[in-house]
Amino acid sequence: MSVTIETPNRPRSRKQANWEKYGWLFMRVSGPLLVVLVFTHLVVNLVLGDGIKAIDFAFVAGKWADPFWQVWDLAMLWLALIHGTNGMRTIVNDYTEKVKVRKALTTTLWAVCALLILLGTLVIFTFDPCPAGASADLLASFCPAA
Amino acid sequence: MAIRPAGTLYRGKVGMWSWVLHRISGVGIFFFLLVHVLDTALVRVSPEAYNVVIESYKTPIVGLAELGLVGAVLFHGLNGLRVIAIDFWSKGTKYQNFMFWAVIAITVIAVAGFAPLHLARVFGH
Repeated sequence: MSVTIETPNRPRSRKQANWEKYGWLFMRVSGPLLVVLVFTHLVVNLVLGDGIKAIDFAFVAGKWADPFWQVWDLAMLWLALIHGTNGMRTIVNDYTEKVKVRKALTTTLWAVCALLILLGTLVIFTFDPCPAGASADLLASFCPAA
Repeated sequence: MAIRPAGTLYRGKVGMWSWVLHRISGVGIFFFLLVHVLDTALVRVSPEAYNVVIESYKTPIVGLAELGLVGAVLFHGLNGLRVIAIDFWSKGTKYQNFMFWAVIAITVIAVAGFAPLHLARVFGH
């Protein structure tokens, strides 16, 4: 049960950028940032006030009416999705044996990542905390219609 | 009888099991993240659509699963800091075993503190 590594001592070719190194570094830079971003997210949304019971459209509107939380959630969205997708890529690389399967899975992962980053970014920046025509009792108290 | 190799940082013992837990928690958080971005995107559809879906997060079964999610996030985040300490801190490998148990202890204490608060909200009315 031993794995044969064909040319273990072959030096890495310098012809192209070392993406694996940047990926490794990204995980270690984004990780501590995500600890701060996500742990705070959990405390603010699940511990303080009424926690999960308080979460509804008006709660989200109250947060995203403030550019601070827009930027906070935007950073969380991008970093978490790239961090998670790169982690999944590592796992795919570990367990797939066929090149085609590996390529198909990693391509799918990055496509889903890009799609959700695009969707989430659009949602954060095109969000209207007081949408016209919405029933008043679902809106945040600061909305004129509420 | 074959000689059993002793555990090393990444084979057997704490090093390997922290790696296994890091993977499992990471995969779990990843799939939740996909769902979570989609459910949050419903705020852009209508207040009603968002509220209907977010109500499911307040049901007993999902409420209990959230404890697991919070535990997974805490473990993954703290163990990630431990991995960084092993990589960059000169004494990281010396204290990796202690750091693993510190990660477990903080995770268990935090979830134990959060659970009564959260479950009272989920099961209360």
